[in-house]
Amino acid sequence: MTIRSKLSSLLVVPALAVLLLSSTSQTAVHVEPMDSVGPRPIEAQTRSSIIRDYLAAWQCLNQATLQNRPDLLDPYFVGQARQTLGETIQAQQNLAIRTTYQDTSHNIRVVFYSPEGLSIELLDDIEYDVDVHAGQQALGSSHVQTRYIAVLTPTESRWKIRVFQGGVS
Amino acid sequence: MRFRTPFLFALALLAYSVSAQSPQLHFPQRVEAGAAFSIPTSGSGAATLYIVGPGGALRRKIQLGTSLAFGADDLPNAGHYTAVLVGGSSTQSGQFDVVPSKPGRLSFLAKPSRLPVNRATGISGVVYLFDRFGNLALDPQPVSFDLSDGSGRTQSRTQASRNGVAWVRMDSAVKAGPATFQASVANVREKRIVQQVPGDPCSIRMTARASDQKVVLETDPIRDCSGNAVPDGTIVSFTETYQGSQSTVDVPIKRDVARTELPAHNGAVISVASGIVMGNEIRWNGGL
Repeated sequence: MTIRSKLSSLLVVPALAVLLLSSTSQTAVHVEPMDSVGPRPIEAQTRSSIIRDYLAAWQCLNQATLQNRPDLLDPYFVGQARQTLGETIQAQQNLAIRTTYQDTSHNIRVVFYSPEGLSIELLDDIEYDVDVHAGQQALGSSHVQTRYIAVLTPTESRWKIRVFQGGVS
Repeated sequence: MRFRTPFLFALALLAYSVSAQSPQLHFPQRVEAGAAFSIPTSGSGAATLYIVGPGGALRRKIQLGTSLAFGADDLPNAGHYTAVLVGGSSTQSGQFDVVPSKPGRLSFLAKPSRLPVNRATGISGVVYLFDRFGNLALDPQPVSFDLSDGSGRTQSRTQASRNGVAWVRMDSAVKAGPATFQASVANVREKRIVQQVPGDPCSIRMTARASDQKVVLETDPIRDCSGNAVPDGTIVSFTETYQGSQSTVDVPIKRDVARTELPAHNGAVISVASGIVMGNEIRWNGGL
Protein backbone atom coordinates (compact mmCIF):
# COMPACT_ATOMS: atom_id res chain seq x y z
CA MET A 1 0.00 0.00 0.00
CA THR A 2 1.34 3.40 -0.90
CA ILE A 3 0.16 6.74 0.19
CA ARG A 4 -0.44 8.87 -2.82
CA SER A 5 2.15 11.41 -3.68
CA LYS A 6 -0.39 14.16 -3.56
CA LEU A 7 -0.68 13.76 0.15
CA SER A 8 2.65 15.36 0.72
CA SER A 9 1.16 18.50 -0.77
CA LEU A 10 -1.20 18.70 2.14
CA LEU A 11 1.69 19.51 4.41
CA VAL A 12 1.86 22.95 2.90
CA VAL A 13 -1.83 23.50 2.47
CA PRO A 14 -2.96 26.70 4.09
CA ALA A 15 -6.33 27.07 5.69
CA LEU A 16 -7.97 27.42 2.34
CA ALA A 17 -9.86 24.93 0.33
CA VAL A 18 -7.67 22.91 -1.90
CA LEU A 19 -8.31 20.78 -4.89
CA LEU A 20 -5.78 18.13 -5.52
CA LEU A 21 -5.79 15.79 -8.41
CA SER A 22 -3.41 12.90 -8.44
CA SER A 23 -1.88 12.14 -11.77
CA THR A 24 -1.46 8.53 -10.76
CA SER A 25 -4.75 7.67 -9.11
CA GLN A 26 -7.02 10.34 -10.53
CA THR A 27 -8.52 10.83 -7.12
CA ALA A 28 -9.64 14.36 -6.46
CA VAL A 29 -9.37 15.54 -2.89
CA HIS A 30 -11.00 18.72 -1.72
CA VAL A 31 -10.57 19.84 1.86
CA GLU A 32 -12.71 22.56 3.36
CA PRO A 33 -10.96 25.22 5.45
CA MET A 34 -10.48 24.22 9.07
CA ASP A 35 -10.16 27.68 10.61
CA SER A 36 -13.61 27.72 12.15
CA VAL A 37 -13.67 24.13 13.38
CA GLY A 38 -14.04 23.95 17.12
CA PRO A 39 -13.96 23.84 19.96
CA ARG A 40 -10.22 23.29 19.82
CA PRO A 41 -8.16 25.06 17.17
CA ILE A 42 -6.54 22.64 14.76
CA GLU A 43 -2.79 22.95 14.53
CA ALA A 44 -1.22 23.05 11.07
CA GLN A 45 0.48 19.71 11.52
CA THR A 46 -2.77 18.11 12.64
CA ARG A 47 -4.58 19.51 9.60
CA SER A 48 -2.27 17.75 7.23
CA SER A 49 -1.88 14.55 9.20
CA ILE A 50 -5.59 14.04 9.70
CA ILE A 51 -6.25 14.20 5.96
CA ARG A 52 -3.19 12.12 5.13
CA ASP A 53 -4.19 9.38 7.53
CA TYR A 54 -7.86 9.41 6.55
CA LEU A 55 -7.05 9.01 2.85
CA ALA A 56 -4.50 6.34 3.61
CA ALA A 57 -7.19 4.51 5.57
CA TRP A 58 -9.26 4.24 2.41
CA GLN A 59 -6.34 2.63 0.60
CA CYS A 60 -5.92 0.35 3.55
CA LEU A 61 -9.61 -0.59 3.44
CA ASN A 62 -9.44 -1.29 -0.27
CA GLN A 63 -6.49 -3.64 0.13
CA ALA A 64 -7.96 -5.39 3.14
CA THR A 65 -11.30 -6.14 1.45
CA LEU A 66 -9.60 -7.07 -1.81
CA GLN A 67 -7.25 -9.54 -0.16
CA ASN A 68 -9.67 -10.50 2.62
CA ARG A 69 -7.01 -9.74 5.19
CA PRO A 70 -8.34 -8.08 8.34
CA ASP A 71 -4.80 -7.52 9.62
CA LEU A 72 -4.27 -4.91 6.92
CA LEU A 73 -6.79 -2.73 8.72
CA ASP A 74 -4.68 -2.40 11.84
CA PRO A 75 -2.53 0.57 10.82
CA TYR A 76 -5.48 2.89 10.27
CA PHE A 77 -8.54 1.49 12.06
CA VAL A 78 -9.20 0.96 15.73
CA GLY A 79 -12.09 0.24 18.06
CA GLN A 80 -15.57 -0.12 16.65
CA ALA A 81 -14.51 0.65 13.09
CA ARG A 82 -11.77 -1.98 13.19
CA GLN A 83 -14.14 -4.55 14.65
CA THR A 84 -16.92 -3.93 12.13
CA LEU A 85 -14.61 -3.95 9.13
CA GLY A 86 -12.88 -7.06 10.41
CA GLU A 87 -16.21 -8.83 10.73
CA THR A 88 -17.14 -7.74 7.22
CA ILE A 89 -13.95 -9.24 5.83
CA GLN A 90 -14.60 -12.41 7.79
CA ALA A 91 -18.06 -12.55 6.23
CA GLN A 92 -16.54 -12.06 2.78
CA GLN A 93 -14.19 -14.95 3.42
CA ASN A 94 -17.11 -17.15 4.41
CA LEU A 95 -18.95 -16.20 1.23
CA ALA A 96 -15.82 -16.59 -0.92
CA ILE A 97 -16.16 -13.10 -2.30
CA ARG A 98 -13.86 -10.10 -2.50
CA THR A 99 -14.67 -6.43 -2.90
CA THR A 100 -12.73 -3.39 -3.94
CA TYR A 101 -13.45 0.18 -2.97
CA GLN A 102 -11.67 2.48 -5.40
CA ASP A 103 -12.18 6.03 -4.23
CA THR A 104 -12.32 8.60 -7.02
CA SER A 105 -13.08 11.80 -5.15
CA HIS A 106 -13.29 13.17 -1.63
CA ASN A 107 -14.80 16.38 -0.41
CA ILE A 108 -13.74 16.50 3.22
CA ARG A 109 -15.04 18.81 5.91
CA VAL A 110 -13.76 18.57 9.46
CA VAL A 111 -16.65 19.39 11.77
CA PHE A 112 -15.40 18.77 15.31
CA TYR A 113 -12.12 18.76 17.20
CA SER A 114 -12.63 17.91 20.85
CA PRO A 115 -11.54 20.32 23.60
CA GLU A 116 -8.75 18.03 24.77
CA GLY A 117 -7.66 17.07 21.26
CA LEU A 118 -8.65 13.44 21.70
CA SER A 119 -11.01 13.08 18.76
CA ILE A 120 -11.67 14.64 15.40
CA GLU A 121 -14.79 14.18 13.35
CA LEU A 122 -15.08 14.72 9.61
CA LEU A 123 -17.64 14.41 6.87
CA ASP A 124 -16.63 13.19 3.45
CA ASP A 125 -18.77 13.49 0.34
CA ILE A 126 -17.13 10.70 -1.51
CA GLU A 127 -17.36 8.90 -4.80
CA TYR A 128 -15.99 5.42 -5.24
CA ASP A 129 -16.39 2.33 -7.37
CA VAL A 130 -17.35 -0.95 -5.77
CA ASP A 131 -16.50 -4.20 -7.50
CA VAL A 132 -17.60 -7.56 -6.19
CA HIS A 133 -15.76 -10.72 -7.21
CA ALA A 134 -16.22 -14.39 -6.52
CA GLY A 135 -12.92 -15.98 -7.33
CA GLN A 136 -11.99 -14.65 -10.75
CA GLN A 137 -15.58 -13.94 -11.66
CA ALA A 138 -16.84 -10.37 -11.50
CA LEU A 139 -20.27 -10.45 -9.92
CA GLY A 140 -21.09 -6.80 -10.26
CA SER A 141 -19.98 -3.25 -9.85
CA SER A 142 -21.44 0.05 -8.83
CA HIS A 143 -20.45 3.69 -8.75
CA VAL A 144 -21.26 5.15 -5.36
CA GLN A 145 -21.88 8.72 -4.31
CA THR A 146 -22.48 9.02 -0.61
CA ARG A 147 -21.39 10.79 2.54
CA TYR A 148 -19.21 9.20 5.16
CA ILE A 149 -18.68 10.31 8.70
CA ALA A 150 -15.50 9.35 10.48
CA VAL A 151 -14.21 9.91 13.99
CA LEU A 152 -10.47 9.68 14.35
CA THR A 153 -8.41 9.44 17.51
CA PRO A 154 -4.69 9.98 17.95
CA THR A 155 -2.35 7.08 18.52
CA GLU A 156 1.40 6.91 18.94
CA SER A 157 2.19 7.45 15.29
CA ARG A 158 -0.92 8.53 13.47
CA TRP A 159 -4.62 9.26 13.60
CA LYS A 160 -6.75 6.13 13.43
CA ILE A 161 -10.39 5.83 12.44
CA ARG A 162 -12.59 4.78 15.36
CA VAL A 163 -16.00 5.43 13.78
CA PHE A 164 -16.50 4.89 10.04
CA GLN A 165 -20.00 5.13 8.71
CA GLY A 166 -21.43 5.71 5.25
CA GLY A 167 -24.87 6.57 4.01
CA VAL A 168 -25.03 9.75 6.04
CA SER A 169 -27.79 12.06 4.88
CA MET B 1 -41.88 -4.68 8.38
CA ARG B 2 -40.72 -1.39 9.80
CA PHE B 3 -39.58 1.63 7.83
CA ARG B 4 -38.87 5.11 9.09
CA THR B 5 -41.29 6.91 6.77
CA PRO B 6 -43.50 5.81 3.97
CA PHE B 7 -41.28 7.33 1.39
CA LEU B 8 -38.61 4.90 2.45
CA PHE B 9 -40.56 2.41 0.44
CA ALA B 10 -39.27 4.20 -2.61
CA LEU B 11 -37.46 1.47 -4.34
CA ALA B 12 -34.17 1.23 -6.12
CA LEU B 13 -35.13 -0.68 -9.19
CA LEU B 14 -32.78 -3.47 -9.97
CA ALA B 15 -34.42 -4.73 -13.10
CA TYR B 16 -31.88 -6.04 -15.50
CA SER B 17 -34.21 -7.09 -18.21
CA VAL B 18 -37.64 -6.26 -19.48
CA SER B 19 -38.49 -9.79 -20.30
CA ALA B 20 -41.16 -11.64 -18.38
CA GLN B 21 -38.55 -13.92 -16.88
CA SER B 22 -36.21 -11.17 -15.75
CA PRO B 23 -35.42 -10.95 -12.04
CA GLN B 24 -36.33 -7.69 -10.40
CA LEU B 25 -35.58 -6.62 -6.88
CA HIS B 26 -37.19 -3.62 -5.25
CA PHE B 27 -34.98 -2.43 -2.44
CA PRO B 28 -35.85 0.43 -0.07
CA GLN B 29 -33.50 3.39 -0.28
CA ARG B 30 -33.13 3.39 3.50
CA VAL B 31 -33.53 0.85 6.22
CA GLU B 32 -33.13 1.47 9.92
CA ALA B 33 -30.43 -0.58 11.60
CA GLY B 34 -31.90 -3.57 13.33
CA ALA B 35 -35.24 -3.33 11.56
CA ALA B 36 -36.74 -6.41 9.99
CA PHE B 37 -38.01 -5.85 6.50
CA SER B 38 -38.88 -7.69 3.35
CA ILE B 39 -38.63 -6.88 -0.30
CA PRO B 40 -40.71 -8.22 -3.14
CA THR B 41 -39.03 -9.82 -6.12
CA SER B 42 -40.35 -10.42 -9.57
CA GLY B 43 -39.39 -12.80 -12.32
CA SER B 44 -38.97 -16.50 -12.04
CA GLY B 45 -36.28 -18.99 -11.30
CA ALA B 46 -33.45 -18.92 -8.84
CA ALA B 47 -31.06 -16.07 -8.24
CA THR B 48 -28.46 -15.04 -5.70
CA LEU B 49 -28.38 -11.70 -3.95
CA TYR B 50 -25.14 -10.30 -2.55
CA ILE B 51 -25.20 -7.33 -0.22
CA VAL B 52 -21.81 -5.78 0.46
CA GLY B 53 -20.48 -2.70 2.15
CA PRO B 54 -17.90 -1.77 4.74
CA GLY B 55 -20.55 -2.55 7.34
CA GLY B 56 -21.20 -6.12 6.30
CA ALA B 57 -21.48 -8.76 3.63
CA LEU B 58 -24.20 -11.34 3.16
CA ARG B 59 -25.62 -13.63 0.50
CA ARG B 60 -29.12 -14.91 -0.02
CA LYS B 61 -30.47 -17.51 -2.38
CA ILE B 62 -33.69 -16.18 -3.85
CA GLN B 63 -36.64 -17.78 -5.51
CA LEU B 64 -37.77 -14.97 -7.78
CA GLY B 65 -41.40 -14.03 -7.51
CA THR B 66 -41.49 -14.34 -3.74
CA SER B 67 -40.70 -11.88 -0.99
CA LEU B 68 -37.24 -11.86 0.52
CA ALA B 69 -37.27 -11.33 4.28
CA PHE B 70 -34.48 -9.85 6.34
CA GLY B 71 -34.37 -10.36 10.09
CA ALA B 72 -33.85 -7.70 12.70
CA ASP B 73 -30.17 -8.47 13.07
CA ASP B 74 -29.27 -9.15 9.45
CA LEU B 75 -28.07 -5.60 8.80
CA PRO B 76 -27.14 -4.08 12.15
CA ASN B 77 -24.38 -1.78 10.92
CA ALA B 78 -25.23 1.60 9.49
CA GLY B 79 -23.65 2.43 6.17
CA HIS B 80 -23.97 2.43 2.44
CA TYR B 81 -24.50 -0.94 0.84
CA THR B 82 -24.37 -2.28 -2.67
CA ALA B 83 -26.75 -5.04 -3.68
CA VAL B 84 -25.83 -7.34 -6.54
CA LEU B 85 -28.44 -9.69 -7.93
CA VAL B 86 -27.07 -12.58 -9.93
CA GLY B 87 -29.60 -14.58 -11.91
CA GLY B 88 -28.57 -16.86 -14.70
CA SER B 89 -26.09 -15.05 -16.87
CA SER B 90 -27.20 -11.58 -15.86
CA THR B 91 -26.43 -9.38 -12.92
CA GLN B 92 -28.01 -6.23 -11.62
CA SER B 93 -26.79 -3.92 -8.90
CA GLY B 94 -28.37 -1.30 -6.71
CA GLN B 95 -27.62 0.66 -3.57
CA PHE B 96 -29.26 1.48 -0.29
CA ASP B 97 -28.45 2.92 3.12
CA VAL B 98 -28.79 1.45 6.57
CA VAL B 99 -29.31 4.34 8.97
CA PRO B 100 -28.71 4.37 12.74
CA SER B 101 -31.54 3.81 15.17
CA LYS B 102 -32.15 5.94 18.28
CA PRO B 103 -29.36 6.46 20.83
CA GLY B 104 -28.87 3.54 23.17
CA ARG B 105 -25.38 4.16 24.49
CA LEU B 106 -23.22 7.18 25.25
CA SER B 107 -19.48 7.43 24.98
CA PHE B 108 -18.70 10.11 27.55
CA LEU B 109 -15.25 11.54 28.03
CA ALA B 110 -14.81 13.96 30.92
CA LYS B 111 -11.49 15.74 31.29
CA PRO B 112 -9.55 16.18 33.42
CA SER B 113 -10.29 13.58 36.06
CA ARG B 114 -8.62 15.74 38.71
CA LEU B 115 -8.26 19.51 38.85
CA PRO B 116 -8.02 22.41 41.30
CA VAL B 117 -11.15 24.06 42.61
CA ASN B 118 -12.53 27.29 41.22
CA ARG B 119 -11.28 26.90 37.66
CA ALA B 120 -13.59 28.55 35.15
CA THR B 121 -14.39 26.23 32.21
CA GLY B 122 -11.81 23.85 33.61
CA ILE B 123 -13.84 20.70 32.97
CA SER B 124 -14.81 19.51 29.52
CA GLY B 125 -17.28 16.82 28.59
CA VAL B 126 -17.65 15.23 25.16
CA VAL B 127 -20.41 12.78 24.34
CA TYR B 128 -20.72 10.63 21.26
CA LEU B 129 -24.14 9.07 20.79
CA PHE B 130 -24.43 5.49 19.61
CA ASP B 131 -27.38 3.25 18.96
CA ARG B 132 -27.58 -0.23 20.43
CA PHE B 133 -25.56 -1.61 17.52
CA GLY B 134 -22.69 0.81 17.97
CA ASN B 135 -23.66 3.05 15.06
CA LEU B 136 -23.11 6.76 15.53
CA ALA B 137 -26.60 8.19 16.04
CA LEU B 138 -26.72 11.25 13.84
CA ASP B 139 -30.19 12.70 14.38
CA PRO B 140 -29.86 15.78 16.61
CA GLN B 141 -30.68 15.04 20.23
CA PRO B 142 -30.72 17.25 23.34
CA VAL B 143 -27.89 16.13 25.60
CA SER B 144 -28.04 17.16 29.26
CA PHE B 145 -24.85 17.69 31.21
CA ASP B 146 -25.02 17.94 35.01
CA LEU B 147 -22.06 18.50 37.30
CA SER B 148 -22.90 18.02 40.99
CA ASP B 149 -20.42 18.67 43.76
CA GLY B 150 -20.43 17.51 47.36
CA SER B 151 -22.33 20.54 48.61
CA GLY B 152 -25.28 19.73 46.38
CA ARG B 153 -24.62 22.54 43.95
CA THR B 154 -25.31 21.49 40.37
CA GLN B 155 -24.34 23.09 37.12
CA SER B 156 -26.56 22.06 34.22
CA ARG B 157 -26.27 22.61 30.51
CA THR B 158 -28.17 21.21 27.59
CA GLN B 159 -26.56 20.98 24.19
CA ALA B 160 -28.01 19.61 20.99
CA SER B 161 -25.91 16.91 19.43
CA ARG B 162 -24.61 17.60 15.98
CA ASN B 163 -23.22 14.88 13.77
CA GLY B 164 -23.56 12.52 16.69
CA VAL B 165 -21.52 14.53 19.16
CA ALA B 166 -22.19 17.12 21.86
CA TRP B 167 -19.76 18.84 24.17
CA VAL B 168 -19.69 21.28 27.05
CA ARG B 169 -17.36 23.12 29.40
CA MET B 170 -18.05 23.44 33.11
CA ASP B 171 -16.47 25.29 36.04
CA SER B 172 -14.87 23.40 38.87
CA ALA B 173 -16.55 24.00 42.23
CA VAL B 174 -15.33 26.27 45.00
CA LYS B 175 -15.46 23.40 47.47
CA ALA B 176 -13.00 20.56 47.13
CA GLY B 177 -14.17 16.98 46.78
CA PRO B 178 -15.51 14.57 44.19
CA ALA B 179 -18.04 15.84 41.69
CA THR B 180 -20.39 13.70 39.67
CA PHE B 181 -20.48 14.60 36.00
CA GLN B 182 -23.44 13.09 34.20
CA ALA B 183 -24.45 13.17 30.55
CA SER B 184 -27.88 11.97 29.53
CA VAL B 185 -30.04 11.60 26.47
CA ALA B 186 -33.62 10.60 27.20
CA ASN B 187 -33.22 7.68 29.59
CA VAL B 188 -29.64 6.87 28.57
CA ARG B 189 -27.02 8.26 30.93
CA GLU B 190 -23.37 7.98 31.78
CA LYS B 191 -21.57 9.24 34.88
CA ARG B 192 -17.99 10.18 35.55
CA ILE B 193 -16.31 11.32 38.74
CA VAL B 194 -14.16 14.43 38.66
CA GLN B 195 -11.95 15.00 41.68
CA GLN B 196 -11.73 18.66 42.62
CA VAL B 197 -8.73 19.32 44.79
CA PRO B 198 -7.66 22.43 46.72
CA GLY B 199 -5.55 24.92 44.87
CA ASP B 200 -2.23 26.38 45.95
CA PRO B 201 -2.02 27.87 49.44
CA CYS B 202 -3.45 31.34 49.52
CA SER B 203 -1.06 32.48 52.25
CA ILE B 204 1.28 30.92 54.83
CA ARG B 205 1.87 32.27 58.26
CA MET B 206 4.27 30.65 60.75
CA THR B 207 5.05 31.27 64.37
CA ALA B 208 8.22 30.42 66.30
CA ARG B 209 9.01 29.56 69.90
CA ALA B 210 12.14 28.53 71.73
CA SER B 211 12.69 24.97 72.90
CA ASP B 212 16.07 24.23 74.52
CA GLN B 213 18.65 25.09 71.87
CA LYS B 214 16.18 24.95 69.04
CA VAL B 215 13.46 27.05 67.60
CA VAL B 216 10.12 25.33 66.98
CA LEU B 217 8.34 26.55 63.84
CA GLU B 218 4.70 25.90 63.09
CA THR B 219 2.35 27.27 60.47
CA ASP B 220 -1.24 28.26 60.92
CA PRO B 221 -3.66 25.91 59.12
CA ILE B 222 -2.82 26.24 55.45
CA ARG B 223 -5.74 26.82 53.10
CA ASP B 224 -6.28 27.76 49.48
CA CYS B 225 -7.96 31.01 48.51
CA SER B 226 -11.39 29.32 48.63
CA GLY B 227 -10.88 28.15 52.20
CA ASN B 228 -10.18 24.50 51.39
CA ALA B 229 -7.49 22.87 53.47
CA VAL B 230 -4.40 22.18 51.42
CA PRO B 231 -3.93 18.38 51.35
CA ASP B 232 -1.74 16.65 53.86
CA GLY B 233 1.56 15.74 52.28
CA THR B 234 1.97 19.04 50.48
CA ILE B 235 5.56 20.12 51.05
CA VAL B 236 6.36 23.27 53.01
CA SER B 237 9.94 24.54 53.11
CA PHE B 238 11.45 26.32 56.11
CA THR B 239 14.71 28.14 55.42
CA GLU B 240 17.09 29.57 58.01
CA THR B 241 19.77 32.04 56.99
CA TYR B 242 22.48 32.79 59.51
CA GLN B 243 25.92 34.40 59.02
CA GLY B 244 25.87 33.79 55.30
CA SER B 245 24.92 30.13 55.48
CA GLN B 246 21.53 28.75 54.66
CA SER B 247 19.76 25.57 55.69
CA THR B 248 16.41 24.35 54.46
CA VAL B 249 14.03 21.75 55.85
CA ASP B 250 11.16 20.38 53.72
CA VAL B 251 8.26 18.99 55.73
CA PRO B 252 4.87 17.71 54.63
CA ILE B 253 1.67 19.27 55.85
CA LYS B 254 0.06 17.11 58.49
CA ARG B 255 -3.43 17.86 59.74
CA ASP B 256 -3.45 21.21 57.94
CA VAL B 257 -0.21 22.52 59.46
CA ALA B 258 3.52 22.11 58.89
CA ARG B 259 5.85 21.91 61.86
CA THR B 260 9.64 21.57 62.30
CA GLU B 261 12.59 22.53 64.46
CA LEU B 262 15.73 24.43 63.48
CA PRO B 263 18.86 25.36 65.43
CA ALA B 264 18.30 28.51 67.42
CA HIS B 265 20.73 31.23 66.32
CA ASN B 266 20.16 34.75 67.49
CA GLY B 267 19.96 36.97 64.44
CA ALA B 268 18.94 34.18 62.10
CA VAL B 269 16.29 34.93 59.49
CA ILE B 270 13.73 32.20 58.96
CA SER B 271 11.33 32.09 56.03
CA VAL B 272 8.60 29.70 54.93
CA ALA B 273 7.24 28.83 51.48
CA SER B 274 5.25 26.20 49.60
CA GLY B 275 5.56 25.97 45.87
CA ILE B 276 5.42 29.48 44.52
CA VAL B 277 3.72 30.89 47.61
CA MET B 278 5.94 32.72 50.09
CA GLY B 279 4.96 33.06 53.72
CA ASN B 280 6.10 35.40 56.44
CA GLU B 281 9.66 35.89 57.62
CA ILE B 282 10.94 35.81 61.22
CA ARG B 283 14.15 37.27 62.61
CA TRP B 284 15.02 35.05 65.61
CA ASN B 285 16.15 36.92 68.70
CA GLY B 286 15.97 34.16 71.23
CA GLY B 287 12.30 34.36 71.68
CA LEU B 288 12.49 37.76 73.32
